Amino acid sequence: MTRQAPLPVPADAASGVADGVPNQSAAAKPVVRLDDVRRHFGTTPALDGISLTVAKGEILGLIGRSGAGKSTLIRCLNGLERPDSGVIEIEGSDIVGLSEEQLQPLRRRIGMIFQHFNLLSAKTVEDNVALPLKIAGWDRAKRLARARELLDLVGLTDKARAYPRALSGGQKQRVGIARALAANPALILSDEATSALDPETTGSILALLKDINARLGVTILLITHEMEVVRQVADRVAVIDKGRIVEEGPVWSVFSRPEADTTKALLSGVRASLPRHVAARLAPSATARGEMIVSIDITGPQAATLLPGLATEIAGWRLIHGGVETIQERPVGRFFLALPVSSLATLQAHLVPSGAHLEVLGHVADDV
Amino acid sequence: MSPMMYSLFVRAFWETVIMTVASGVISLIAGLPLGLLLVATAKGGIAENLWVNRVVGAIVNGFRSVPFIILLVALIPLTRLIVGTSIGTWAAIVPLAIAATPYYARIAEVSLREVDRGLIEAVRAMGGNRWTIMREVLLPEALPGIVAGFTVTLVTLIGASAMAGAIGAGGLGDLAIRYGYQRFETAIMVAVVAVLILLVCLIQWLGDVLVARLDKRI
Ligand SMILES: Nc1ncnc2c1ncn2[C@@H]1O[C@H](COP(=O)(O)OP(=O)(O)O)[C@@H](O)[C@H]1O
Ligand SMILES: [Mg+2]
Repeated sequence: MTRQAPLPVPADAASGVADGVPNQSAAAKPVVRLDDVRRHFGTTPALDGISLTVAKGEILGLIGRSGAGKSTLIRCLNGLERPDSGVIEIEGSDIVGLSEEQLQPLRRRIGMIFQHFNLLSAKTVEDNVALPLKIAGWDRAKRLARARELLDLVGLTDKARAYPRALSGGQKQRVGIARALAANPALILSDEATSALDPETTGSILALLKDINARLGVTILLITHEMEVVRQVADRVAVIDKGRIVEEGPVWSVFSRPEADTTKALLSGVRASLPRHVAARLAPSATARGEMIVSIDITGPQAATLLPGLATEIAGWRLIHGGVETIQERPVGRFFLALPVSSLATLQAHLVPSGAHLEVLGHVADDV
Repeated sequence: MSPMMYSLFVRAFWETVIMTVASGVISLIAGLPLGLLLVATAKGGIAENLWVNRVVGAIVNGFRSVPFIILLVALIPLTRLIVGTSIGTWAAIVPLAIAATPYYARIAEVSLREVDRGLIEAVRAMGGNRWTIMREVLLPEALPGIVAGFTVTLVTLIGASAMAGAIGAGGLGDLAIRYGYQRFETAIMVAVVAVLILLVCLIQWLGDVLVARLDKRI
């Protein structure tokens, strides 16, 4: 289920700022391209034919339940895990079959952020940030200068000489992000980077990732099991279940009209749903003086004007639940209405020009 | 204590110190790489090689299971080959070091194995090779445990060096047996025990202070 919609590539991302090399074909060539990637552990398939591309400069959210294969997938991208079969291209070159020695230079082009931060406890914050540069062979003065620069970027200038133990979880993850950025990577892989943090800290880390993406144009593949994370930062989302991509598209679109059951389950609690006491009383067929309950999903500016327009055409409808939220600067509306059964045709006609999606959920006998 | 006894005592003290330190340093230099080798070649290690792991593990276990007093005698030909004699302080260092090396290798192995695998993964993800992982992750992160283990090894060696008196190694243990036990000079016995206790406490204290300074975890 791939949706056709323009890729939301940030304006300056296509200029190839991340690697400092102007690249004419950058916008066309994906940073990551997977084709039918498979990986089994014993008899259970962890990756069951994954095909996916990540465009230059985008933030792709890869969401799935625990055990869906997210970590296995992300680890295949820098060769920490090897697929049984399939194609994995990073910046256009296939990495499947590379030896450990051949993978090492490639890994320097890819930064990684971890759920448990994985900072070296025996090194100061600045030495942690500078470690990728030490591995890349930079001399000490240069790499420490660069580490300071990055600590400025993530707002931890004053912690440069501290040891990680003196930092809070959010600060540790900022160091992790600075470290991932140190070698000017083309791609950042983030495996549940906010799963060990409280909601407020999560928000600030996600804002930092978004900011880095916008300022440096670095491509980010973000793994999570929380839709809220996807909503806050991702441009596009891919839903993985049992090692397969079950749904993929722009975040606003998937939030507005999820198709796969997994997506719907992951979205419950994040978007409006029919109140439980109403859902409990739904009957499949109409009753004498009863009402019907419908849901309306609508995106774009019309989301805000839908209900006022409806008021002039239909009498006796009521809003039970729902509202408009903004995802990727786009209004996304979801409404649950109760209205007389006789007004269904009018409602359908009213919704046609706005492209809204109407679903009749059931009927109720009397007022709810 | 007579002046003669006193000079005997001082000499024995230094003999103990030399035996302990020399064999301790050798066991550190040889045991730490052995511990690294055991961790690196273990299943899921950075240089997994189960064959090497099993063979080295078996050799280490073999040496560890021989009682020291037997090792002391069994190694006499080797000692003679290396030191030129099988009697005296320097001769005792050979069996002491050979007994302490596998002992320390196992202690170092435990510390190295406890290093968070996530850290190794992070450095691999940066493009680090095995040597980088050893230098930047395994050794620095395990350093407090490596030092604490070395302290334990030194303390154990002080005890073992007393046994080496059996091959005329000298040292405080030898003094205590010959004078304190065989000639009923209780004062010597008490003095030896007191000095040994002080020595052990001093080493343990130094080790603990060093570990506390090195340990940057939590
Ligand atoms: N090294 C491994 N050995 C055996 N099974 C594994 C290994 N790594 C992952 N798996 C299995 O593969 C599946 C996907 O795991 P993972 O990629 O870690 O999922 P996620 O990150 O989405 O929670 C799970 O069923 C897990 O048990
Ligand atoms: Mg995972």
